[in-house]
Parts: sequence; C-alpha cells; structure tokens
Amino acid sequence: MNKFILLTLLLVSTSAHAVLNVFACEPEWAALTQLLASDKASIYTATNALQDPHRVEARPSLIAHARRANLLVCTGAELEMAWLPVILRESANSAIAPGGAGNFEAARFVRMLEIPAHLDRSQGDVHAAGNPHIQTDPRNFLAVADALTKRLIQIDPANTTYYQQQLVTFNLQWRAAIARWEKQAAPLKGVAILAQHRGFPYLNNWLGLKQVAELEPKPGMEPSAAYLGQVLGELQKNPAKMVLRAAYQEGRPSDWIAERAHIRAVSLPYTVGGTAQATDLYALFDDTIARLLAGLK
Amino acid sequence: MFNKTYLSVAVAALLCHPLASLAASDADLQAIREQINQLKQSYEQRIAQLEQRLQQAESASHQAESVATKAQAAAQQATSQPAGEGAFNPALSLILGGTYGSVQRDPAMPATGFAMNANPGHTQGFNLGESELGISASIDPDYRGVATLALAPAGGVTVENAFVQSSAPGHGLNLKIGRYFSGLGYLNEIHAHAWDFVDQPLVYASLWNNQLGEDGIQLKWLAPTDTFIELGGELGRGRGFPGSDRAKNGTGSGVLFAHIGDDIGIEQSWRVGASLHTTRAENRTSTGVPDIAGTPGGVSNSFSGDSRTAGLDFVWKYAPNGNTANRSIKVQGEYFQRKESGQLTYNLITADSYRNTQTGWYLQSVVQFMPHWRTGLRYDQLDPGTASVGALNAGNVISNYRFMPSRATWMLDYSPSEFSRLRLQLARDNTRQGLPDNQLFLQYIMSLGAHGAHQY
Repeated sequence: MNKFILLTLLLVSTSAHAVLNVFACEPEWAALTQLLASDKASIYTATNALQDPHRVEARPSLIAHARRANLLVCTGAELEMAWLPVILRESANSAIAPGGAGNFEAARFVRMLEIPAHLDRSQGDVHAAGNPHIQTDPRNFLAVADALTKRLIQIDPANTTYYQQQLVTFNLQWRAAIARWEKQAAPLKGVAILAQHRGFPYLNNWLGLKQVAELEPKPGMEPSAAYLGQVLGELQKNPAKMVLRAAYQEGRPSDWIAERAHIRAVSLPYTVGGTAQATDLYALFDDTIARLLAGLK
Repeated sequence: MFNKTYLSVAVAALLCHPLASLAASDADLQAIREQINQLKQSYEQRIAQLEQRLQQAESASHQAESVATKAQAAAQQATSQPAGEGAFNPALSLILGGTYGSVQRDPAMPATGFAMNANPGHTQGFNLGESELGISASIDPDYRGVATLALAPAGGVTVENAFVQSSAPGHGLNLKIGRYFSGLGYLNEIHAHAWDFVDQPLVYASLWNNQLGEDGIQLKWLAPTDTFIELGGELGRGRGFPGSDRAKNGTGSGVLFAHIGDDIGIEQSWRVGASLHTTRAENRTSTGVPDIAGTPGGVSNSFSGDSRTAGLDFVWKYAPNGNTANRSIKVQGEYFQRKESGQLTYNLITADSYRNTQTGWYLQSVVQFMPHWRTGLRYDQLDPGTASVGALNAGNVISNYRFMPSRATWMLDYSPSEFSRLRLQLARDNTRQGLPDNQLFLQYIMSLGAHGAHQY
C-alpha cells in the first residue's frame, strides 16, 4: 500500500505541472526540443522540411497553435520574418512576444556567417544578422541546446534537474556523434561543390567543402537560363564534384547543370523529415553525410 | 498528452477517495516523506556525479577541439540581432506602385443601378498609384503602433491607417484603437499592394468604396483551441461609405465578425468568415442618378437612414507539400447583402420612404504555376435589388433596373523577387447596361525597406 501511494504521489508531482506547449518554427528545433524536454513538452512544428522556411504563410492554424504556446523555438536572424510577426501579433500571446523568455531564437547563440558588410537588396534577399541556415552544422546544436535548456529551466523551473540531466545526456551523445560524422566525412574535405541557394555556408565550414558557385544569381532570385549558362562556363575553369540543394527546393536548376557538367545533383534533407531517412536529428546528419559521400562517387 | 492528463485526473481522484486517505495514516505519511527524501538525495548525488563527469569530459574535449569551434564559442557574444519586425526600429517600408490603364468607357460612369453607391472607378493612361509609406514599431512591451500614409499622385498625404494595437489584456484578446481597415470580410483588411488583381471586386468597390476604413476601436478574441476561431467587434465613427460623417457623441457604426480556419493535412488550409456591419447615413448625397423621367445627366438624390450589411467569406489554399514558394492555388469568394431603409430625397426636393436590398459576390482563383509566376481569374456580379419607393417618389425613382452588372477578369503577374511584382490584367466589364467595356491594365508594385509580413 505504501509503495502504491508513493508511486501515485510521484506521478502526481510530475504531472501536476502542466506540460509545456512549445511552438517550433522549424523541424530541427522541434527535434532538439524533443531531445531536451522529452515528455515535459508538447511540441507543435509550424513548418515541414519540404517548405521553404522563408516563404511560409501566416495560416490560421499557426495562429491558433501560437495562442497557447509557452515557448517559441525558432531560428531567428530574419528567417521567419515573412510570416512570424503576423503569427505573434494575431495570436495575442504575450508569453511568446519578442524579447521575452518565451521567445527563443537559436541564431542568437551561434557564430553567424555571411553577415553582410552593408545592407542593400540589390544584393538579393540578404539577412542583416547573417545567413540563417545554421542547422547544417551539428556543432551549432551544442550551443543552442545549452541556451535552450537554460530557457526551459527559466520557464519551467519545477523540472530543472530533469532538463539538466537531459542536456548532459545530449551533450555526451551529440559530441560522440559529431566525432563519428567528422571521421566519416573526412574524404569530403576540400571537395569543390556548387550550391543552388546560398544555404550551406555552415555545412561547408564544418566539413571543409569548397563552394565554387551558386545557381541563384542573387540569394532568393530564380536562376535564369542565361545565368546557368554562365555558371556552366565557369565550371570548365573551376570544376566541381556535385551540386547541392535542399529538399524543399525545385530540382530543375540543379538537374540542368548536373546533366550538362556531368556532375552529381545531391538533394540534402536540410532538416528533419527532408528525406525518408532523416527521421531525427542524428539521422539527419547520418543521411546528409551519406548523400554527400555518394555524390563523390 | 491527453492520456497523461486523464491519468493525473484519475490519480487525483484516487487520492481524494476516502479509502486512500484512510490508508495514509500518520506513520505511513512519515514513511513516505522519508522515502521521498532518500530518493531525492540519491538523485541529487547522481546528478552531481554526472555533472562532474561532464565537466571532466568537456575540459578534455575542449583541448582537443578545433580552432574553428573555439572561435565559434568566442563569437557567441555577438548576438546583437534585433527581434521582431527586422533590423529597422521603427520598421519603415515604402510601397511604390503605378498602373497604365486603357478602358473604352468613361470610368466615372457607375454600374447600372449603383449610382447611389460608391464608385472608386479606374484611372486611364499612365498613373502613379498610391505610394504607401508604412511605419511600425513596438511602443513599449504592451503597445505596438502602426501608421500607413498614402501619398496621392497629385500631392497630399492621407492617413490610411494609424492605430495602436495591444494584446496586454491577455486571454487571447487583441485590441486596436485608431484608424484601421475593418476586420469584416476577407479582402477588407488587405492593403492594395497585396491585392491579387489591380482592382477590388465590384462588390467591394460599390458597397465599401474599395475598403472600409474606420476610426474607432476593435476588440478581437482568439479561442484557445487548435482550430482557429476568432470573434471580433468594432465600434467606429462610421464616416466612410455607406455611413456618413456627422457631428454627434456615441458611435456611428458597429461591426461583428467571426472567422474559423484550419489546415487539412500539410497541403491545404482554409478560413471561413461571417460579418455584420451596421451604420447610419445622414444626407448621403449622390449625383448623376438616373431617374424615370430620364433627366439628362441624372439628378442628385440624398439618403438618410439605416444601412445593415451581412457578409460571408471563404478562402482555401493549396500548395504541394505545403511549399508555397514553387506552386500554389488559392480560391476565394465573398458575398455581401446590404439592406438600407430610410428617407430618400429625390432631386434634393421630394422626400419619401425608401427601402432596398443590394447584393454582390465574387469568386476568384489565383494559381502560381511556376516559381515567380501567377495567373488568376475572377468573376464578379452585383444585384441592385428592387427598391420599395414611397408614393411621392414612385414616378421619379427607378425601383428596378432589371440588370445585373457583372465582370470577368484575368491577370498574369511575375515577381522577380519577394519585393517586386509586374502585372498584366484584362477584363471584360459588363457593369453598365448596353455598354460593355474591354479593359487593360499594366501594373508594377515594388516594396523597399522593412520586409512586411503578409496576412493569410
């Protein structure tokens, strides 16, 4: 009887506190929050891997889900600026207002690349805070996980020890995984690549890939036939091994250039769910590296 | 999550049960406390050990870490990025737009049966559209301010929007005070630069003078449900058509609206709405109104009375995989019915009772068939209704026009980037009886400055 009561008391003490409602802007942050908060959080993912995160609509369902969120976990760095401000405004939820504890922007905690020296839209869709596609370097997740855990504790102090423990586990496993991936990816060092969109600086920086050209004349602008021809010409001087694109991007420009330059077009999952294999954060990088290595052959 | 809630409810119920409380005698409770304490202590010890091990592991791995990672850690303090609307505070945006219009009929001529309505019309030839200057920023943690100034091509500035907004009341309440576009219908809140066609549907042009702007107060409530349910109400001055400005205390117009919306899978989303608007017109004078006698150039009539409009709207959107960047389809439609009753003064001389019901609707679809390219079709129709005219004016005022104005429109637009759009629009306008009109428009819309987020 004693044991039974103890058990029920423990159950009550863990579930008496309401589960955290988390609104994750992108699947990678939903996956990370899942690893760090597990069943302490109920996570809604606002976008999927096949959507262009710049170009999401402020749909009614997103507003409805933001209404009850205790914590918003997004990339920031202006990635979501075409839709998130409307969601925040219309959801009338001060808990997740910008600047508050419930508004977590991952990009604030990593070293940003490609911060423009001057802001001018003649340079295309550039982001003042730097390139927002930070999720292609697994090392960034260590800093984000650390900051996110602090934020979870700030919002849900009752589970402080739980979150700390989860972070310890994550750090150990993630560091081990990074070491494994770096070993696997060793043949990719110095390999010349093309990118369809300026979306891989963090991946390039991590694995030492050498990006020789982009298929978009300016970030966010559609590659034209004339410009692709120009890129093809440059490829003869500076050959590349493969052309990279994210799962959500149209395959045509990559395929066009791959066919003519006799190189491989590699579609990367880019985030969790981008390919059938990329089912979680670990699988995301397993699959990314497997696909890059396949592109070498 | 639900299972857990049920479980905790069940457990709580169990604990409250007299059997459970009987079982938990003082001695038992003491034993439980001790066990919990023991559990807590051993737990804390284990965490401390784990933390120590982590620190050791970290210090070891830090030494081995590459220079790049160290630089990364060092640069983490470089986090001066602004939150919210962007790098600008306040967020400034300027919309530049212009059209070239070619129509065969005088655009000042109203649709048949709608001479006593608004007629925003079109402009022929090259025409600088309204440039729009938008300024918005958070005022303090509770309030946000928005001002949209329309710069008219002929000079002069009009205040399109100027409101403060706050969700400080909490509980999903959103308050707006100032001048805003009313939340009725679907298109009413959408700014001209975000329209899918060069012009508004006929029903908006005739019944709302393109868009109903209000000076007043709006309160919206968002239900705490996974399905989007929003209820709103407005009290306003009622200056704009169909109301008229008057000097009085109290309110001049009222609006109620409700919106429901959701997703269907990852590819489809929808929103439906209903709205109700009431106002009063005082000496709302219209010129050039045709009469039974066929007075050349028409006569001037003045209406005073109540105006009540009910509307239904829906929008449905589809994009393969939910990715709107490449291909998407949008279908929308709205219907409005306006009942007006009061006194009509024919030729500004003969006053008698007047009652009428006007309706109008449109259905349109816009398809993005490849990245950066969209095409759209729209069909509009109006019904001027059959008016009940008092005996004094039965021989003066036309009560039944026996004609339903309609229009079919096609558009094609190209957006080289998110900030620029070029558009071609062709329309077959059949709004004036016996005077069909072929219309052509070319338009550019460019936005510079802060990246404004768009509404659904």
